Amino acid sequence: MNRAAPAALTLISSGSATSSAGRAAPPFPDAFESQWRALNARKRRLNLAYGGLFAVAFFLSAWIGEFNPVKIAQGLPRIHEYIVKTLPVLTWSNLPADLGEWFYGLPKWLRMLWETILIAYIGTLLGTAGALMLCFDAADNLKRSSWGYWVARRVLEVCRTIPDLVYALIFVFVFGIGPLAGILAIAVHSLGGNGKLFAEAAENIDMRPVDGLKAAGANWVQTVRFAVLPQVLPNFLSFALWRFEINVRTASIIGFVGAGGIGQEFYTAIRMLYYEDISALILLLVVTVMLIDLGCEKLRHRMIGKENLS
Amino acid sequence: MIIRPAALTPEAIAAARLICPAAFHVPRGERLWQWFIWGVFGGFTLYCLWLFDLSPLRLLQGAGKFIDVISHMFPPTSGGAFSTYLYALMETVAMAFLGTVIASVLAVPLGMLCAKNVLPNWLARFVFRRSSDALRGVDQMIWALIFVRAVGLGPLAGILAIIISDTGTLAKLYSEAVENVEKKPVEGVRACGGNAVQAARFGILPQILPVMLSNALYIFESNTRSATILGIVGAGGIGFYLADRIRTLLWEEASFIMILILIAVYAIDWGSKVIRRRLTGDRSSAPPLH
Repeated sequence: MNRAAPAALTLISSGSATSSAGRAAPPFPDAFESQWRALNARKRRLNLAYGGLFAVAFFLSAWIGEFNPVKIAQGLPRIHEYIVKTLPVLTWSNLPADLGEWFYGLPKWLRMLWETILIAYIGTLLGTAGALMLCFDAADNLKRSSWGYWVARRVLEVCRTIPDLVYALIFVFVFGIGPLAGILAIAVHSLGGNGKLFAEAAENIDMRPVDGLKAAGANWVQTVRFAVLPQVLPNFLSFALWRFEINVRTASIIGFVGAGGIGQEFYTAIRMLYYEDISALILLLVVTVMLIDLGCEKLRHRMIGKENLS
Repeated sequence: MIIRPAALTPEAIAAARLICPAAFHVPRGERLWQWFIWGVFGGFTLYCLWLFDLSPLRLLQGAGKFIDVISHMFPPTSGGAFSTYLYALMETVAMAFLGTVIASVLAVPLGMLCAKNVLPNWLARFVFRRSSDALRGVDQMIWALIFVRAVGLGPLAGILAIIISDTGTLAKLYSEAVENVEKKPVEGVRACGGNAVQAARFGILPQILPVMLSNALYIFESNTRSATILGIVGAGGIGFYLADRIRTLLWEEASFIMILILIAVYAIDWGSKVIRRRLTGDRSSAPPLH
C-alpha cells in the first residue's frame, strides 16, 4: 500500500516540518525518513501478525470442518452428477408434454406454495404486533423503567438469537405437526428481529414532539401514539415488509421439521431421490421469492423515499 | 406584550361547522376506501387464521404443554457431553468462517459482473444478476439438504451450502458497492500518469474494500447464526445435537445447547464489531441482513 507514498509524503511534509527542524538534532529529511520507516515497519509487522492469525484461523477451520482438497475433489463430480440428474429431459418436439411431466404436481405444489406464503404472512403479522408492543420499552429514550428496559431487551435477544428452526422443532412437539408450529416459530423469531430494528428506529426519533406531549400532560401510551408512532411508522412498515420477504424463505424450509409449508414436499423429494421434482420445486420457489421481493421492494419504495432506503 | 388569539368557544366551532361542514370530516370517498382496505386486510387475516385453525383455545391448550417444556429445561445440564458440544460449536463457527471467507472471494468476480459500470451490456448483466438472485433465493437449508445427498453427512455439506448461498448475497452487496464508486479518484490517478491497473488499485480498491470487508463480516455474523441449524439436516455443527436432544425430549440438554449457542453468537457479534471498527471505522449497527 505504501509503495507509492514516500515521494509524495516527503514533498508534502517538507514545508511544515522545516520549522520544527531547528531544535531537533537530526536534520529534517533523515528524521522524517526514519520516522516514516519506523511507522511503516510497525504497520508491516501488524499486518503480518493479523495475516498470520487469519491464516491460522483459516487452516484450523479447514481442519475442523473436514474441508480438505481430496474430499472436495471427490465430491465435485458427485455434485455435478447430482445436478445433472435433477435436470428434466426436455425435447423441443415434445415440449408441452415434457413440461407437463416435469411439473406434474403443479396444482398441489401451488397450493402448498400458497400455504407457505400465508404462513409467512400470519407469522410476520403476529411477530410484528409483538415487536410493536415491546420495542418502545426496549428503546433507550422511551423506556418506562430500567427493569422493563432490561427485560424487553433480553426477551428480544433470546427471541432473535435462537434460530427459527429450533423454535419450530419445539412447537412441533407442543402443538403437533402442522402449520401452527411454523407460524408460531416464525412469529417468535420475527418478534426478536423486528423488535430490535423497531427499537433502534425509535431511538433515532426527534424528541421534541415527545417533550411537547409530556408538557401537555399526556401519559406514556398517548406520547408513544401521537409523538413517536407518526415518526417511525413508515420505517416500521418497511421493516415488516422486509421481514415478510425473509419469512417466505423461512416458511419454505420449516416443513423440514414438520411445521407446514412446501418444505415438507422438498424434504420428501430430496430424501426419496425424486430428482426432477427437486429442480421443479426449486424453480417454483425461486420465481415466487423473486416476485415477492420485487413486489415488496415496490411497496417499500412507495412508503419511504427511495433515498432513505439503504 | 403577549398577543393571544381570541379563545375558540364551542359556539364559534359550531358556527364554523355550519359554514364549512366538509372541513370537519374525512371525505366520504376516502373514508369508504379506508374501510375497504381495512376490511380486505382483516378479512384476509381472518381467513388465514381459520385456515390454520389458529384459535385462542388451541393456543391455550398448547400453552400448558409449552410451560411444561420450559420447566423441564431447567436446570440446563450438559449430560456429561460438554466436550462433544464444545467441539460441535467449534465446528459450527469453523463452517461459518470458512464458508464466509470462500464466498467473499468467489463473490468478487460475480459482483463485478453484476455491476452496471463494469459490465455495460444489459443482457449479460441480467443473466449474472438473475443467477446470483437464484443462488440467494434458495434457502441455505435447501442447499444443505442437497449437498448432504451429494457429498454425504458432515460439515463439508454445510460449508458448501454456506458458500453457495452467500456468494449470491455478497455478489449483490458487492455489485452495489462497485456501482457507487466515485469516479474522481480514478481520474486523479489517471491524471498523474497511472495506468489502468494502478487506477483500479489506488482509485477504486480503497473505496470498495472497506464496504466489502464490512459486508463480509456481517455475513459472518449471520452465518454463525444460520450454521447452528444446518446440523438439523445433517450438514455438520451443533444443530445436529440440538435437534436430536429436542426430538428425544432431553430438554435440559437442549436448553444447555441453546445457552451455548447464545454465548457463541454474542461473542462473535462482539468480536466482529471490534474488528469492523478497526478496519473501517464504521460504528453503525448491522444493516438488516438475514
